[in-house]
Formats: sequence, structure tokens, C-alpha cells
Amino acid sequence: MGTNMAPGIAPGVHLHAADLRYGSTTIFEALDLTLPAGRTTCLLGPSGVGKTSLLRLIAGLAHGAEGQAEDETGKALDGRIAYLAQQDLLLPWSSVLNNVLLGPRLRGEPVTGALEDRARGLIAQVDLAGHEADRPGRLSGGMRQRVALARTLMEARPVVLMDEPFSALDAITRYQLQDLAAELLRGRTVLLVTHDPLEALRLGHGVRIMAGAPARLDDPLLPPGVPPRDPGDPEILQLQAELLRRLSLAQAARTGLALS
Amino acid sequence: MRLLRPLIVFLGLILAWQIVVTATGAPHYILPAPARVAAALAAHWSALIGHAAVTATEILLGLILGAILGCTTALVVASARPARRWLLPVLVVSQAIPVFALAPVLVLWLGYGLASKVAMATLIIYFPVTAAFFDGLRRTEPGWLDLARTMNGTTLRTLWRIRIPAALPALSSGLRVATAVAPIGAIVGEWVGSSAGLGYLMLQANARMQVDLMFAALFVLALFAVGLYSAVDAALRRALPWQAEDGRVRN
Repeated sequence: MGTNMAPGIAPGVHLHAADLRYGSTTIFEALDLTLPAGRTTCLLGPSGVGKTSLLRLIAGLAHGAEGQAEDETGKALDGRIAYLAQQDLLLPWSSVLNNVLLGPRLRGEPVTGALEDRARGLIAQVDLAGHEADRPGRLSGGMRQRVALARTLMEARPVVLMDEPFSALDAITRYQLQDLAAELLRGRTVLLVTHDPLEALRLGHGVRIMAGAPARLDDPLLPPGVPPRDPGDPEILQLQAELLRRLSLAQAARTGLALS
Repeated sequence: MRLLRPLIVFLGLILAWQIVVTATGAPHYILPAPARVAAALAAHWSALIGHAAVTATEILLGLILGAILGCTTALVVASARPARRWLLPVLVVSQAIPVFALAPVLVLWLGYGLASKVAMATLIIYFPVTAAFFDGLRRTEPGWLDLARTMNGTTLRTLWRIRIPAALPALSSGLRVATAVAPIGAIVGEWVGSSAGLGYLMLQANARMQVDLMFAALFVLALFAVGLYSAVDAALRRALPWQAEDGRVRN
């Protein structure tokens, strides 16, 4: 289908020696992260550890942070990154179609018939055909997040950063959206921040845990098979138990730190 | 019931008024009875309407001018940092001067006609509109601005597509306040110096001890003010339908 081509070959993303401080608190320093090209990397970790900050740093949205994300050839990633936040960030005054067309509109690209057709195609792909003219206020949380996904895909960026995009949804809706995202984002370089170990194991080619203060990244855990994985697979469930164990250790270390 | 309730309240107030008149035995040149005011209303109807048309013109022109000037100022101040540094303090200080204190000067400069009253109404409306719209423009949801940045949106298009629509609910509350205070500007302007308008009529009637006519003029003014407010309120509601529906189906 022409509507969901990953634009060109997705680059790998390299972040080298990134620093971030808030006042006297060091969130992370000299942090290295590599996102393998065309793969989904999931990032887990206790709340407040700096996952969102790291994601914003790669997106070029972090103020006062040191470090810049580059591709393999050392070029900056400006204009090649799309960003999907936990809030759907839909404009309540715009229709679904116009929300999906927001990027071209903000850049002043002429909205041609072909562009609009592509937007309609993406809306159909996220199962919202017939809702093009609806305003977001009339949609459920799951539908809204699907519009946000279509808007992200409309950007046709090879790198996609997602910050807990499914965390506000109920279990079934989340499960369906995970499948949809895995299918539609195939071939792109994706970083997905999540709280949910099972979500990470379903969607990630690699799973990484961020923990400590200043925060460090574990070596990537590489679950077997191809995403989206079956959550009932015993191997996945075993890995989930392992991840939960590591996460609670990280959390305990954090709380202990706060108490001392 | 929706129409009946205000009617009952209105009739209750008239009744209370009549009771006060009867109980205190106030002479008609201090507090006329409701029936006397109604008679004055009927007797002077065409004159009242003529003066009301003048005042209404002043209010509407002031409202339009004040809204345009206020919106423009807010946009300039919100989008240009130097403008904010230079203009904002001036705006705040200007609000320390009571607009009523300017009325004699405005009449001196602009004469007894329409212009000085329109200027008064404009001035009194200008600040609430500017302040409300500027506040709305300044408080754009940061997530939207981040999104616009990752989409490489231009500053001007982000203003037009995101910041202005997002500020419209704030602007509409500013416009509601402006609509409520606009008649004050026009009436005070008429008191200071004029040859027509409901404020002028009230002063004339007061000087001739025609207190019943004064009350009749007040009644017409109140009727117009309420009508204007309801019309503006309904128009704003219709213009921003997403305001009511947003957040209703969130989960």
C-alpha cells in the first residue's frame, strides 16, 4: 500500500555522551544510546528516571541538555523524527482529517487531492473510516490515540519516538493498538518509552531498562521472535517475570535513595 | 419553564418595588411606582427609542473597535518579544487611570457627538479583551507547541493553526466581559457631555424631576444591555462548538 511507505531506508540513531541536569540533580550524564536501524527499541524504567527527558533530547525538544542524536553517518536527524506523546494532542477544533493533515498545514505545504487521499488512506488504516469529519471531542480515548497514530504516520518520518502512547487506554484497546502500531511502523526506527514490561516484550526488537541516579542503561534484552509477539508465549512470560524483577530492584534502589 | 422563570423573577421584583413604594409612602419624584414608570414608558416611547438608538450605536461601534484593537494588541504583544517588553508595562499602567477620568478630556477633544462616546466605550472594552486574548495566547498547551516543532511548523502558521484557535475560549470570555461593561462607557460619556442618548435623557429627566422618565430610560437601557449580552453569548457559543464537547468523551 502506497499510504504507509517508510520513507527511504530508516537510519540508526546514535546518541553519544548525553548530559541532562535539573539544578543540582544530575538526571543522566555521559549516556550513550543506539537505536538499531529499522528496529523498535523499548525503554523501561522507574518513573522519574529520565526516560521522557531522553526521548525529548533525541527529538530535539529538551532545553538545557547536552548531546545530539545523529544517524550512522554523523548527520543530525532534524526533520526525520516524528513524535507521539502520551496525550494524543489532537486539536479539539479540527476534524479528524484536519488533525491528520496538521503537519503539511503547519509547514505551508499545499494540501492537494493526493495529500488528502493519503490522509484518508491512513485514517482508514487505523480503522476510522467514516469519522473523517468528526471532531476529537466525539471520539473515545482509543479512537483519539489512533488519530494521533495516523497523524504521526502522515509525517512519513523514518524515526518515530513514542512516549507511553497507549498507557491511558484500557487493556483490550491497548492490545489492539499495539498490533496496529507494530504493523504500521514496521521498517522504521522506533523508540517506545513504556511502563509496561509486557508491552515492551510484545513490541520491541530490543528492550532496555533505564535505572539509577544518574541514570544508566542496561544492555539490550533481545526477546526471541518477531513483534508483535504473542503475550501468551511461555518464553515471553518468563522474560516478563525477569523484567519485573529487575524493575522492582531499580524502583527499590530509587526509593531507598529518596529515603536516605 | 426556561422562559417562565425569569418572568416570575421579574414580576416578583416589580411587586417588591410596589411594596416598598406603598410601605414608605415615598413621593413620586423620589421613587415612582412601577405603574407610573410604565405610563412614562408608554408616553415617551418614540423619544426613548430614538435616544436608545443613539446609545446602541455608540455601544456597538465601541464594542467592534475595542475588540479589533484589543485583539490586534494581544497578537502583537504575544508574538513579538520586544513588543511585550515595551508595550505590556504601558498597558498595565494605563489601566491604573480610571477611564471615567478621561471622559471630560475625550469630550473636549472629540466633541459632544458620537465620537467621544464611541471612544469611551472602546477604551473601557479594550483592556479586558486584550488581557483575556493575550492570556489565552500565552497559555498554549506546551505539548501542541512541541508537536508543531517536531513537524517543522513555521512560527506564523503555528500561531494561526494552533495558538489563535486555542486562545479563542479565553478571548470569548474577554468579549463577554466587554459586552457587559460597554454600556457603562457610553452612558458615562453621555453624562459628561452630549445632546442625545439614554444617558443624556436621564440627566435631563433628573434635572426636571421627571424621575419616572429616568426610570423608563434605565429600563430601556437594561433591556438593550441584556439583549446584547445574550446575543453575543449565543454567537460565541455557536462559534466555538468544540468548547462544550471537548472533554465530554474522555477516558
